[in-house]
Amino acid sequence: MGEYKGVMVFAEQEDGKIHPVSYELLGKGRDIADKLGVELSCVLLGFQMKNEVNELIYHGADKIFLHDHPSLKNFDVICYKQNIVNLVKEEKPEIFLLGATHLGRSLGPRIAVALKTGLTADCIDLKVDEEGNLIQIRPAFSGNILAYIKTKTRPQMSTVRYKVMKKRERDPTRKGEIIMKDAEFIENSGMKILKKEKAGEVNITEADIIVSGGRGLKKPDDFKILRELADFLGGVVGSSRPLVDEGWIGREHQVGFSGNTVKPKLYVACGISGAPQHLAGMRDSDIIVAINTDPSAPIFKVADYGIVGDLYEVVPKLIDEIRKNKNKVLS
Amino acid sequence: MIHNSGETANERSNIIVLLKQVPDIEEVKFDTEKGTLDRSSAKAEPNPFDLNALEAGVQIKEELGGTVTVVSMGPPQAESALRDALARGADRAILLTDKKFGGADTLATSYTLASAIKKLGNFNLIICGEKTVDGDTGQVGPEVAEHLGIPHIAYVSEIKKCEKEGFVVVSQRGEYRYLTEFKPLGLITVTKDINEPRLPSLRDKLKARKSEIEIWSMNDLANGADRNKFGITGSPTSVYKITIPSVEGRRGKIFRGTPDEAAKKFVEELEKVLKV
Repeated sequence: MGEYKGVMVFAEQEDGKIHPVSYELLGKGRDIADKLGVELSCVLLGFQMKNEVNELIYHGADKIFLHDHPSLKNFDVICYKQNIVNLVKEEKPEIFLLGATHLGRSLGPRIAVALKTGLTADCIDLKVDEEGNLIQIRPAFSGNILAYIKTKTRPQMSTVRYKVMKKRERDPTRKGEIIMKDAEFIENSGMKILKKEKAGEVNITEADIIVSGGRGLKKPDDFKILRELADFLGGVVGSSRPLVDEGWIGREHQVGFSGNTVKPKLYVACGISGAPQHLAGMRDSDIIVAINTDPSAPIFKVADYGIVGDLYEVVPKLIDEIRKNKNKVLS
Repeated sequence: MIHNSGETANERSNIIVLLKQVPDIEEVKFDTEKGTLDRSSAKAEPNPFDLNALEAGVQIKEELGGTVTVVSMGPPQAESALRDALARGADRAILLTDKKFGGADTLATSYTLASAIKKLGNFNLIICGEKTVDGDTGQVGPEVAEHLGIPHIAYVSEIKKCEKEGFVVVSQRGEYRYLTEFKPLGLITVTKDINEPRLPSLRDKLKARKSEIEIWSMNDLANGADRNKFGITGSPTSVYKITIPSVEGRRGKIFRGTPDEAAKKFVEELEKVLKV
């Protein structure tokens, strides 16, 4: 294990734009690398990415391994895996981090198996113990427990949840080294993308403000009350699972374990009791507000602010009050 | 490597569905103070996402002919999840159970499942749920694909075309939906959007009760597999501590009274917080 050294981060890109989780990984990776007294490197695969590369250095990377090739423009799990595995075998980092995005959670497992090493999914915190081993902290059982995990093989690999780690302040004076790598080109990976299109208009995982409805709503049409509040706050509408299952609202709005994990600045839960499945998807929100008629509802236990009352009465009042204070609140 | 050598496999679709038995999450008791969890109170059920995988497999079989084989790794009790799968349309069920499989992380689990799939051979498609509700890693599917050296597509929400020559599937990745074509062999992991799993009829349940569940131990897989890669020995990661997250850091301020008063006080408070 002694020959493994350094922290390496996988920088994810789509359409030539680097995913923000990559900067968060560099923030955490920088802390760990400094603690261990090692280098922080970054691997980027894509095509014509030269302009974006410096951003990775400004956010904390010492060294970038850039694979710039037309075949890497779009994500292909087999091509990406092969190139990263080649690099890791050469460079031997002791820690390798990916974002726990759809892409990272599809790619990470293949790299781990190819390298015969352990991979810890969806970490929300990373630490280093006295011996310099990585401590990986992740939720399991739908977010009801936190598991602390160590890896005995190298590299120690983790996928890290988006919007949990902090990125460093951009420092355009930072210097780093860019190393061009020749890409291994795989002609036929067995898969061919026929079409790529933007998924639904709502991207709830990126929203800063979410107003969600649950069983407290009496009919599908009543989502408009929540939508009014959401529009007013500049947010989007979310939903607990039962209403999605009933077909009251599209699945892209679903918050919870089997839907979307969200971390907005403000989460307003209206008529949501707070089943573990729902809490798993929103418990990391900055501020949680609960409106519910039942004062013993579990949602109040995770709320910063609870209003015991009927959403049909409370929500319109909230809109009135916020309107009065419009210039002051949320400006 | 695995080859579709048999004539029959080329003409029909032989599908493998991976399934795990999990505790019903709603019934697991979590003790915040002691930092323990008690799953004894929870009844076991098939992982909900795996039922979508099974349904997808059965629908393909209904269209193209062929068979659906369900493979599960778990304790002997996991037999009941496999019976449930048979009642829902699977043709064959295999339970990989052995004390030596115990304590497996995703690397060892995927190795065990892949070893069983190699032994089975003769398939076109493997289908898994996107994740399980207990482990919640979503890693085992893609890891199985890597062990087998076959392509995979994760988060499949729709199967647009299924023909024996190949499949076209819709999958979600970030802000985009992708339409991807792939030729057998391949592995897909499916989301809940893909279908509504059927409920087994009473007749099917009764029939499944009498069906055979094949039990495979490590010795059954050992031919061609490395014994050190199973179970805890083959697992590089280990959990050394578990905590139950407390709800610390929340302000926990409750507003009561008339909706007017509560709303007013709340907005005043929110204004203060958001200004800071």
